[in-house]
Amino acid sequence: MTGFLRLEALVKRFDGVLAVDRLSLSLARGEMVALLGPSGSGKTTTLRLLAGFETPDAGRVLVDGEDVTRVEPVARRFGMVFQHYALFPHLDVGENVAFGLESLGLRGHELTQRAARALDLVDLAGYERRHIGQLSGGQQQRVALARALAPEPRVLLLDEPLSNLDPTLRERTRHEIRELIHRVGITTVLVTHEQDEAFELGDRVAVLRDGRLEQLGTPDELYTAPANAFVGGFIGRSSRLEVTVVGPAPRGVRIAIGGAEWEIDAGPGRPAIPPGPAMMLVRPEALRLTPPGAGAVPATITGRRFVGPSALFRAVTDQGAGLEVAAPPHAVVPGARVGIMPSRREGGGIHLFPVEER
Amino acid sequence: MRGEQRRQIVGAGILVLLLWLVVYPLLLVLVEGLHGPRGWTLEFVRLFLHRPTEWRALWGSLWISLVSVVLAAVVGIPLALLFGRYDLPGGRVLSGLVALPAVLPPLVGVLAFLFLYGESGFVSLLVQRLLGLEEPPWRLQGAGAILLVHAYSMYVYFYLFTRAALGSLDASLLEAASSLGAGRWRRLRQVVLPHLYPALGGAALLTFMTSLASFSAPYIFGGGFRVMTTQIVATRLNGENELAMVETISLTLVALLALWLLRGGRAPEASGGRKGSGPTRVPVRRPGMRLLLAVVAWGLAAFLLLPHLTLLLVSFVPLGTWTTEPLPPAYTLRNYLALVTDPVRSRPLLNSLWLASAATAAAVGIALLASLLGVGRRVRGARLVEGLLALPWAVPGTVFAIAIATAFSVRAPWAGRFILVGTIWILPLAYLVRNLPITSRAILAGVRALDPSLDEAAATLGAGRWRTLRRVTLPLLRPAVLAGASLAFVTAFGDFVTSVMLYTYDTRPISMEILSSLRQSDVGVAAAYGVVLMLVSAAVFAVGAERGGGG
Repeated sequence: MTGFLRLEALVKRFDGVLAVDRLSLSLARGEMVALLGPSGSGKTTTLRLLAGFETPDAGRVLVDGEDVTRVEPVARRFGMVFQHYALFPHLDVGENVAFGLESLGLRGHELTQRAARALDLVDLAGYERRHIGQLSGGQQQRVALARALAPEPRVLLLDEPLSNLDPTLRERTRHEIRELIHRVGITTVLVTHEQDEAFELGDRVAVLRDGRLEQLGTPDELYTAPANAFVGGFIGRSSRLEVTVVGPAPRGVRIAIGGAEWEIDAGPGRPAIPPGPAMMLVRPEALRLTPPGAGAVPATITGRRFVGPSALFRAVTDQGAGLEVAAPPHAVVPGARVGIMPSRREGGGIHLFPVEER
Repeated sequence: MRGEQRRQIVGAGILVLLLWLVVYPLLLVLVEGLHGPRGWTLEFVRLFLHRPTEWRALWGSLWISLVSVVLAAVVGIPLALLFGRYDLPGGRVLSGLVALPAVLPPLVGVLAFLFLYGESGFVSLLVQRLLGLEEPPWRLQGAGAILLVHAYSMYVYFYLFTRAALGSLDASLLEAASSLGAGRWRRLRQVVLPHLYPALGGAALLTFMTSLASFSAPYIFGGGFRVMTTQIVATRLNGENELAMVETISLTLVALLALWLLRGGRAPEASGGRKGSGPTRVPVRRPGMRLLLAVVAWGLAAFLLLPHLTLLLVSFVPLGTWTTEPLPPAYTLRNYLALVTDPVRSRPLLNSLWLASAATAAAVGIALLASLLGVGRRVRGARLVEGLLALPWAVPGTVFAIAIATAFSVRAPWAGRFILVGTIWILPLAYLVRNLPITSRAILAGVRALDPSLDEAAATLGAGRWRTLRRVTLPLLRPAVLAGASLAFVTAFGDFVTSVMLYTYDTRPISMEILSSLRQSDVGVAAAYGVVLMLVSAAVFAVGAERGGGG
């Protein structure tokens, strides 16, 4: 595999604790990959390894075939937008943006022109003499982006770029960033713990846990075909419960669940689960509510959360397992006795994993 | 990496430098106190223990310091509560004035008190005349005089610390307490006071240490009453050098013990990133109360300003003209002109300027280097360096003066000792050591407050170590450096306690010239020096606070 930016089996330990564990990733030129994971999953460390602030204990980072693993950040020509922007508070907007250009030896007219062009790119033309303190959060973020892009780096790194904006601004800024980065066409690695952010910004999303790459794929792939129970649980809404695989069925497998037996499609291309206990991960929309009866798992509705076109009902099976089911908002009332069935929709939404996986 | 190695080497260099300047002289004092002509001996310790005068001096130091803490607290805390709680007429100006004694260098404060309440002082004469007395109504001497000066100059610690702590009190805590049914007194007792305790502890520690180290007031007003600082100087003048060393050790031990006992106290944080706003001030509505409070407050301000004003007044009095009149009969600018035109008179001014500047520059350099190397990096001995930088704060100035005089009066290059006593280098060196704690505390705080990602941002933008330092780090540290430097400069500029033991005629600083003018009864010139000292201190403070505090 040849990519423009390649991470080859990166390992980083802090005081003996693995922060990044044999992480390999390859990005095509101009591709944007989002590193998504809970805190402590190693995504920020990976970004810092890419920037050169940390040196890996093993593994390599290659850009366009050049090994930059041990190249100092100063010489690496990677642009970075920091979580809190790290704008120089004593310099104005123009001086901030020109900072990286000066390192390239640019002076005078060319310098100001390039800085102006970078500001134009983020829609802040004419803001050169503003002080950082006079800018709104969104504007600061764009200045940080302009500053990182001005020296035309080889790779752009974004560390939680939206976490400091208020929620109303986030969605709009997300569109703007995506559009801008695609226009510039720069290879980008983004760190985030927000699934929405990763899904909108990343051409592909890398899900990390405990320093390991759990799955790399497009947002659709991650949702419809999670590689394991962790990814399935981390991406989107789902309930998980232990079931027993009875044996193969014409189109999938037959499982015993809460006193009922279901025949389910266990996900395309997934290795068959041998008969015995298994972990079932199920999306709310893959289940439906029925009157209690044959083939349905008996349960009691304990709560309801309204989400617009449908509602998410919280149900507890008679065995005490919790399930989340999507249904029309007024399907049932809390306290009602119901049966739960897989929705008629064929395939997808229900995944079986071996139990030993966490 | 080579950069890392270089960092370790520079760090080790600073450590050695600090050990040599801060610890080594103190150890030499210990050695000299325990070492006689025939080897190691406890003879001088025994001498110390058997002399009642020594015990009296040590006890004097202790109780003066304790009573100073009480007096300063009694004046400072109510003032802070008053100005912090009520919106008084002219409160803004007043609360600034109340901090004024802080800009009075100790010797100048003593001088002003002498002119005010001394035997032929302004107030004394006034009272004598009003009551028709033959003699001055009181003598400004002994413990009472010392305590008066201490209370006047040190209540500011309690005032400022309490004000800061009150300002950081989250008003919603008080609101929560009232909503839970706590009345005014219960709120004060259970919410406000517990919040103030750390600040009060910090102020108590600062006051105690300052009075323990106080030299100017006991030296001028003490008369027969001795505290340890003045006792050390007297013993040294008597030629009992080893005994002076033992005295120095005893004072150091008391200081370190006090620091250890009171270590829980800490200065309030200037402003936390905490949410919630400080309690708003209550406007005083009742006109009668308002008038009363205003009169009390402004009367107090006048009392606080009196020393400064007296100094100013006396500085315009021609030599020998003001004897028994309540106000000077004649005024002149000659005292000030002499400072500029007479080379003998202008010399101390220039001396103090360059001595203080050199010491401050060196202290800033060392503090910057140590802070930048140590913070956030795993440099071996970073904590030790921090401790060494702070140590001179805990040790009275007299002790350091003795220690440095001891260490640098012998030529033994292989032992790191050179003859600097009697040269122009001894005073800057002594000032430098004394300035290290204040400078490094300010600069260290500044470095700690820097966002480390700024350095990283500069690196990703291709700026190397030096360009980052020049364009990012140093400009951002400017406020902290200015704050630290201004404090250090003011302390060195007005220094008396180390100068009195180490100065040479060629490097005599302002404080020594004030003392000698006073001895020649040339009070006008002494006051003029005092005014210059006060104004320069205030100006430097203002610059430091404006550039430093504003950002």
